[in-house]
Amino acid sequence: MSKFTRREFMASAAAVSTLPLIGASANAAEPLNVAFIYIGPVGDYGWTWAHDKGRKELEAALGAAVKTSYVENVKEDASAIPVLRDLARKGNKLIFATSFGYMDQVMEVAKEFPDVRFEHCTGFKRAANVTTYNSRFHEGRAVTGTIAGKVSKSGVIGYLGSFKIPEVVMGVNAYTLAAQAVNPKIQTKLVMIDSWFDPAKETAATETLANLGCDVVATHTDSPAPLQYCQKKGIFGFGQGADMSKFAPKAQLTAIEDIWGPHYIARAKAMLDGSWKSEDFWDGIKEGDVKISPYNASLPQDAQDAANKIIDGYKAGTYDVFTGPIYDQSGALKVKAGEKMSLGDLATIDWYVQGVQSA
Amino acid sequence: MRLRFEKRLEPSRTMLILTPVFSVIAVMILGIIIFDGLGFNGSQAVWELFFTPVLDSYKWRDVATKAAPLIIIGLGLSLGNQAKIWNIGAEGQYIVGAIAAAGVAFQTQYLSGFWIIPLMVVAGMVAGALYAAIPAVLRTRYGVSEVLSSLMLVYVSLQLLSYMITGPWKDPNGHNFPQTAQLTDSQLLPHDLMGSGIPPGLLVALIAAILFLVVVSKTVFGFSIRAIGEAPHAARYGGFSSDGVVWATLMISGAMAGLAGVFELMQLTRLNLGSPSGYGFTAIIVSLLGRSHPIGVFIAGIVLAITYVGGQVAQTVVHVPNATAGLFQSLLLFAVLASDVLVRYRIRILEKVNRSDDRSAS
Amino acid sequence: MTLTFIVDALITVIGITTPILLAASGELVVEKSGVINLGVEGMMLAGAIAGFAVTFETGNPWLGVTVAMLSGAAVSLIFAVLVLSLGANQVATGLALTIFGIGISSLIGSNYTGIAIDSLDSPFPAYLAQDSFWRVFFGHSPFVYFAICLVLSIGYFLNQTRAGLVLRAVGENDVSAHSIGYPVIGIRYAAITFGGAVSGVAGADFSMVISPLWAEQMTAGRGWIALALVVFAGWRAGHLLAGAYFFGVLMALELYAKASGFSIFPSQFWAAMPYLIAVIVLAMISSRDGKGVKAPACLGKPFIPNG
Repeated sequence: MSKFTRREFMASAAAVSTLPLIGASANAAEPLNVAFIYIGPVGDYGWTWAHDKGRKELEAALGAAVKTSYVENVKEDASAIPVLRDLARKGNKLIFATSFGYMDQVMEVAKEFPDVRFEHCTGFKRAANVTTYNSRFHEGRAVTGTIAGKVSKSGVIGYLGSFKIPEVVMGVNAYTLAAQAVNPKIQTKLVMIDSWFDPAKETAATETLANLGCDVVATHTDSPAPLQYCQKKGIFGFGQGADMSKFAPKAQLTAIEDIWGPHYIARAKAMLDGSWKSEDFWDGIKEGDVKISPYNASLPQDAQDAANKIIDGYKAGTYDVFTGPIYDQSGALKVKAGEKMSLGDLATIDWYVQGVQSA
Repeated sequence: MRLRFEKRLEPSRTMLILTPVFSVIAVMILGIIIFDGLGFNGSQAVWELFFTPVLDSYKWRDVATKAAPLIIIGLGLSLGNQAKIWNIGAEGQYIVGAIAAAGVAFQTQYLSGFWIIPLMVVAGMVAGALYAAIPAVLRTRYGVSEVLSSLMLVYVSLQLLSYMITGPWKDPNGHNFPQTAQLTDSQLLPHDLMGSGIPPGLLVALIAAILFLVVVSKTVFGFSIRAIGEAPHAARYGGFSSDGVVWATLMISGAMAGLAGVFELMQLTRLNLGSPSGYGFTAIIVSLLGRSHPIGVFIAGIVLAITYVGGQVAQTVVHVPNATAGLFQSLLLFAVLASDVLVRYRIRILEKVNRSDDRSAS
Repeated sequence: MTLTFIVDALITVIGITTPILLAASGELVVEKSGVINLGVEGMMLAGAIAGFAVTFETGNPWLGVTVAMLSGAAVSLIFAVLVLSLGANQVATGLALTIFGIGISSLIGSNYTGIAIDSLDSPFPAYLAQDSFWRVFFGHSPFVYFAICLVLSIGYFLNQTRAGLVLRAVGENDVSAHSIGYPVIGIRYAAITFGGAVSGVAGADFSMVISPLWAEQMTAGRGWIALALVVFAGWRAGHLLAGAYFFGVLMALELYAKASGFSIFPSQFWAAMPYLIAVIVLAMISSRDGKGVKAPACLGKPFIPNG
């Protein structure tokens, strides 16, 4: 029978005494794993780029407490399911799915991993562990529409859309209503190119809008190509999702920037302190989700002032571009004077306001 | 010293099996070099891409799910390949099959019963076959190349899909997004069969592979396909109608593509803009990598599925860009296509002709 | 309909048409020699990223176009070696080339996103290039003029020169051409490389003129339209020129119809139009029983000399 020497005893005592310390340091060093899935490449300088910027802001703000990762170019079909499962399995406790087309896949995987929290951007389905979040991009459109109304000499402004979904319909409606508030005779020409990203087609569509008399063109698609054309042609436009002034220094009057950082930071914090619960977020200018880029130096002061008034109005909660009376294309009154459209109606809108010329 | 290619009397069986293996190894090595050159951890990237999906049992289901449509479509295409009839438009037939199945689903929305899923499958296969009949009639009646006609029809089918999901079939509860309503429970297949972890699609792929094996090697029809491909004149002399083979191979591959479309529809539970997954095109590669032989197609489908799944893993772990998977697939295909020459030809190294031999010969 | 409107519309059509015309011209030569190269999209993307990257790094757009040309040619050589020297299947190799081109351009291009270059504008002096009327002739980028000259030159080459005759012979009956003593393989190598170079230039049109930035897969399927166009044109250069502009008009029509609020047909109908018409034309030209124009007889078949 071996004797338990004093040395061995000391060694094992020392070892045992460090156990609580190991436990503590492990907990302290254990970062929250946060993952993102993107529909496009992070270099698209548009939608995905803005989300990735938010991710980087999260890393910068919370430092060692979080560890982020991302998967780009995840197709919006069944193949997103294994990607989400993988991320959940690898220890990610908070996963952001940054496009509408991931909705069913997120719901499916969320069922399998009840202790993982999912957040679906621009979706509408929730569960105990699924939150939806969105941004009130149309508030930014109200600002750009105001500027367009002030700046347009021809009285015809353009809007390059992707698909006839509520977000785009809201966008062109907000743009038009705001412009009409400045110039009641404004007409908006709308082209849907049935794609989020096709630089050559975006250019051709912008060209077409310009040929048909638009001297300010806003875009809802992701690339800077429309702005580049505006610069070439000598007309004006707006950056979409990011400040695109380096692509079109003369043409970009301002840009609508998607700012996702604050939301990501807030939700990660909520995970860390245990307050995360399933909600529906739809924030805008007031909360900092939508930011307006610095104005182009050539923008006349009265346009800047008008735009600032809109921004201030949103920040104070006193302004809403979707305040009646609002008429649709057939002239019917859809929103009574003084009334505001409800969020629910906005989220499912499929009609254009009067003044939008489109199929 | 010169290299000369000498045609073999018979395609070398050893090379048939060795060349894909060598190709995979060669591409792995090339991959490590390329990634290291671009600043990534090359060996880890290649490991994640090729080995993790094979070694990590949790990934097997993903590989199987991804491989199933590739194999199903690839089997159909391999028939045509052997007859030198190239159905490039399998993607279009895949989409049309999914649309048809969705159509049946929406008509039977409020019904239930075991007959719904088989009806959807039949609808999908018939639709795919009919869509493939268009290139068939164009080829037999007008002599139009099926390569071009079937390819053009892919783009037409994409527009049809877009029209249906943004118009007549748009989900009324879908907040006006371009997608259809979801399939009901009686219209969906379970994700795995009785908890075994095997996706039903893979089982179907396996059964189909066996069926095709039997047809190709044991039936007159299978023989006629190969005859038309190898020696069209002799085959016609022997009574095999090349027109008949055109119709048969195109419609069968169309039906298989439609079948794959139905399965993917059930995976996604609805039609949306992501429905065209590109499987129809990748399956062409699968069928050719598999040398248009059912067993080869089955294996090739799994290999390609591994690169897809591995590509996603490599992206998450090593942060290589997403384009990598496609790059590897194309390199793999190049390697197999290049090494294919060793199957049909033997390399002879000729010594310089000796002057004395020359004189003695004359 | 004012003159300005017509001029503007023409310029839009010309802009849309040019890259397709370029790529189709290159592929025309390739197919006339008896080879079908489905890798047009991949070669275009290789040219697009090469042209953009070199122009950005050196500031010299002409260098950029040159490198784009060389990149397209280099990438097509992979195809040529596999198909001509190793006897690989043309359809498979072409598809693999497309995927390769997409992959390699995305990989290289990942360092070039979020950057803009100056677009390569008209080489003519401003008083012509920007005049409200004369710009319809003088206001285009060099790519436009190159495309038109190229197509006309190719037509002349194929039909009026001996070398063109030889190339066509190789495409119609390679075994006979070989027995007369023409280097079938060598001619096909030249044709494929030429096609690759021109496709590279076509890709550069996207990243250097149409939208001077880089984005993954920015050619968005135009390579496939170019393939359709070659068939649509019955493998004839003159018809190619007309057919390309016809496609361009269709595509522009879709946008104008939408912007003006017309919607007799859903937009998907317009988008499907070029492809549907290509299929119909295919049927029409092939059905004229030998009197009509058929594809080069050896198209897609590997060259197997007797003995």
